[in-house]
Amino acid sequence: MTLPREAIAAKLAEAGYVADRDLATALWMMDHLKRPLLLEGEAGVGKTEVAKALARVHGCELIRMQCYEGLDAQSALYEWNYQRQLLSIKAHEASGAKADEIEAKIFSESYLLERPLLAAIRREVSPVLLIDEVDRADEEFEAFLLELLSDFQVSIPEFGVIRAKSIPRVVLTSNGTRELSDALRRRCLYHHIDFPDVDREAAILRMHQPDLDANLAHQVARMVGLLRKEDLRKVPGVAESLDWAATLAGLGVEDMRQEPEVVHDTLTAILKTHEDRVRVTREVAERLLGKVA
Amino acid sequence: MGALRLIEEDGPGPAMRRRLAGFAHTLRGAGFALGHREVADAARLLATPLAERPERLRAALRALFCSRQNDLARFSELFDAFWLGRGAKRAAKITSQGLANRSPRKFEAGPGAGDASAAALSETTNAPAPEGASADGKGRKGGASGHEALSAKDIRKLVNDAERAEAQALAERLARAMRARLTRRERARTRGRRIDLRSTIRHSISHGGEPLELKFRQRKPKPLRLVVLLDASGSMESYTAFFTRFLHGVAISFRESEAFLFHTRLAHVSSAMRERDPQRALDRLHLMAQGIGGGTKIGECLTSFNRFHARRVIHSRTCVMILSDGFDTGAPEILEGAMRGLRRRCKRIVWLNPLLGTESYEPSARGMSVALPFVDLFAPAHNVASLGALEPYLARL
Repeated sequence: MTLPREAIAAKLAEAGYVADRDLATALWMMDHLKRPLLLEGEAGVGKTEVAKALARVHGCELIRMQCYEGLDAQSALYEWNYQRQLLSIKAHEASGAKADEIEAKIFSESYLLERPLLAAIRREVSPVLLIDEVDRADEEFEAFLLELLSDFQVSIPEFGVIRAKSIPRVVLTSNGTRELSDALRRRCLYHHIDFPDVDREAAILRMHQPDLDANLAHQVARMVGLLRKEDLRKVPGVAESLDWAATLAGLGVEDMRQEPEVVHDTLTAILKTHEDRVRVTREVAERLLGKVA
Repeated sequence: MGALRLIEEDGPGPAMRRRLAGFAHTLRGAGFALGHREVADAARLLATPLAERPERLRAALRALFCSRQNDLARFSELFDAFWLGRGAKRAAKITSQGLANRSPRKFEAGPGAGDASAAALSETTNAPAPEGASADGKGRKGGASGHEALSAKDIRKLVNDAERAEAQALAERLARAMRARLTRRERARTRGRRIDLRSTIRHSISHGGEPLELKFRQRKPKPLRLVVLLDASGSMESYTAFFTRFLHGVAISFRESEAFLFHTRLAHVSSAMRERDPQRALDRLHLMAQGIGGGTKIGECLTSFNRFHARRVIHSRTCVMILSDGFDTGAPEILEGAMRGLRRRCKRIVWLNPLLGTESYEPSARGMSVALPFVDLFAPAHNVASLGALEPYLARL
């Protein structure tokens, strides 16, 4: 079942993700040690993409749980289907059933709505479970998650204990807006994703847009790399450079240095705040273009 | 390393296990948090093809043993030193950062001249005067009980070591007590906005399925996050040790807190401040703050805070607390720009100035007067009581 490390890197590439060697190692270890993987890095470096690509590599389902402030165990794990329960109670009342019979009925499996975490442990084939932006959820949820990730079983008071049919591959991502607990960190393998270097970014651009000119891909990668070093409020991510490359290619640009006007006008694709847009003036853009060899 | 045989069924030989245990010991000494399961997993890894090449093993163990970005570089050096015997001297230095070694220079509170005065909060803008601003550290103010005399005394006027140590310990306990009281207030709410269907239905069964009693849920308020920026320049010297202990208390008890230290440049010191033992925390802080030269560039430090950290550490219920005397050696325009940027990002800015405790003090220092228009609360912080007086203000945020 576990693939060798090189095979994982190659398969990731097939699945449309250009991984570095450390990440491939970490992904291999995930399977070998059955541990979750914690990915950290700036917004827009492609953390979520890793999980998507991993699901494609293993040909399995991706179950995604987006964390948010106030997320509680119920909306992450399971919920009872209240509408059906209410209707059922009414229907049984009319037929004169006893209260405990009704109770046994309405807390049975057909009234259970599974949410991502429960879904992930009830699949026959282990899915990839992506717990996105875990730092947005609060501490209590983190503790609950820790328990789930070590036992892979869930106890539902009205129903009983549900044990995992298969252990999901768990990927957690964090933007570092809040310090995660040491216990959760220790439980996970850790990998930090940086913005890709120029060559890797160019490779990513070419992978997503196979007909993109190699020279233009390199220029876009370099230009975005330079822009990331500028004092911007929102640093452009990989998705932004993909958009920009597509825009430039669509406008028929072959060499960015030849068309500074178009470059400046299309900066909207990567600069997402007014402040940043004002900061990168025509002159700044031209200066940066000068450095793009 | 290459000749690893499977002596036991699924694990490395005893010699290898011992080396691994030694490595784990080294890492723990350097402040890495490793459990038994991690070491057991590492032993399993040693039996895989990953152990054939040092660089592969390094990458693998790094993913297993590191749990934050700061660990990554330190780990590689420790790994090289332990397994490959490379750069052993440097690694020894890294290890010692986690240990309580004696630091060359201490933040020491020296005696100095100054006038102690009543801790009255002077508010510059919209914040109303907090009730209980008289906070003299008595009775219900848990942390500071029985220390009235000491808590009202200006830190600079504490002459002997024992008194100073006690004031520092008080500051730390105050920070912890603050946290407890602030959360108690949040828990007092009962009625909610949303109906909790789950428990409503559960309770309706006893009424024959008629949802008579409605159960409510209330979204828990976001915990207050404190971001503290501490001025550690020469002019603040007599207060630094005291504030650092306060900061340590804040970092330990408020899980949602971030700590920064600045002089001529800004240092993010949250990880050092989360060290349980205050002396160890101070030592680590010390190593992190080294190389900061003379002068104070508040403006530039705040600018780099805005640029590199604000996005991450500031959320909608964040209070930024600046502990500084406002003597800025940089250009006032820079400070003004930085304060404006900060204002836009966060909900509350509190500026604590130890000099404000001196009766004759006017905020006329160039830096201070430029920064004041952007500050919500300008308060003294020359003794324990004045720090305690902040609590009612923070509770309302």
